[in-house]
Amino acid sequence: MTSGSAVLIEASSDIKRRYALQLGDTSLILAQRLGEWIGHAPALEEDLALANIGLDLIGQSRYLLSYAAELEGRGRDEDDLAFLRDPADFANLTLVEEPNLDFGHTIVRQFLFDAWQLELFERLQYSCDPRFAELAAKALKETLYHARFSTGWLVRLGDGTEESHRRMQGSLDALWKLTHELCAPSDTDRAAAACGLAPDLATLRGSWNARVERVLNEATLRRPVDVAYHWHGKRFQHGEHLSRLLAEMQIMQRSYPGSQW
Amino acid sequence: MTAHSQWPLYEVFIRARSGLEHKHVGSIHAADDRMAIEHARDTYTRRQEGVSIWVVRSSQITASDPAEAGALFEPAKDKVYRHPTFYEIPDEVKNL
Repeated sequence: MTSGSAVLIEASSDIKRRYALQLGDTSLILAQRLGEWIGHAPALEEDLALANIGLDLIGQSRYLLSYAAELEGRGRDEDDLAFLRDPADFANLTLVEEPNLDFGHTIVRQFLFDAWQLELFERLQYSCDPRFAELAAKALKETLYHARFSTGWLVRLGDGTEESHRRMQGSLDALWKLTHELCAPSDTDRAAAACGLAPDLATLRGSWNARVERVLNEATLRRPVDVAYHWHGKRFQHGEHLSRLLAEMQIMQRSYPGSQW
Repeated sequence: MTAHSQWPLYEVFIRARSGLEHKHVGSIHAADDRMAIEHARDTYTRRQEGVSIWVVRSSQITASDPAEAGALFEPAKDKVYRHPTFYEIPDEVKNL
């Protein structure tokens, strides 16, 4: 018979695993999207900048997926989780699987995400689990730079030419519906917040909004209205974008299992 | 890369460690000073090459004219006594 405290520990380990997957998948999918820019960005310097941000996100993802695999205890590792899971097993935010389209669209997506990650990591530093606290403290410095980059470009293009302004507003309008999920807690978020593992997402919404509105103002962009329909990537509900992304990302490991560089 | 060719060129100087001087490492294109720092950071400090960055518009640099190299540099050639090789350097002095 299992004692009460053993059940509790097992439950908390499962919450940690699910929370690590949620954050790790989100960083991984966005990193893959940013990697698609390599060789295609409008300038060599932006090519490097986007790749650098992607690499930071890969670092976060490796840390989190390794932890998730360790907590799972089934002998899988970070690579198994990244390359051998199906779309329906990914818990990333819907926002990050959105295709790049053009540079401006990528910047809007990045800015909305960076603003959220900043708020999250500032609070996750105080997680009761030192593994999450450590990750957040390290990643916060990276995220500060990502936000500096995406904010700079958002303002530059939003408050740029007539065409750049129109296109940035168009991207913002198109992506806005996917931002509700950033601060809307999933069951995993709720459970993680309840045991002190993660911040209560409701506390993020106000500061995320304030940060975003400040920059949108500067960029002369209009804040779109919130919509009633919500997307649920964190609850494993994805569209076709994620399937295509994973097909490209996973094909080597799927075709040649265990292959190495 | 049309946008790129319209951006002005900047020269980049990186200080590798505190106490060392900034060294010229290359150049980048950027629309303004702020972007120049970011591009220099992303291009030249990815492998921990630096702790400080200077950027300057290449157009702001005044360079010597190669045609005047003779007048500028030749006269120093036969003045070996200007090299500090005629002094005994004490062993204790390390960084001369």
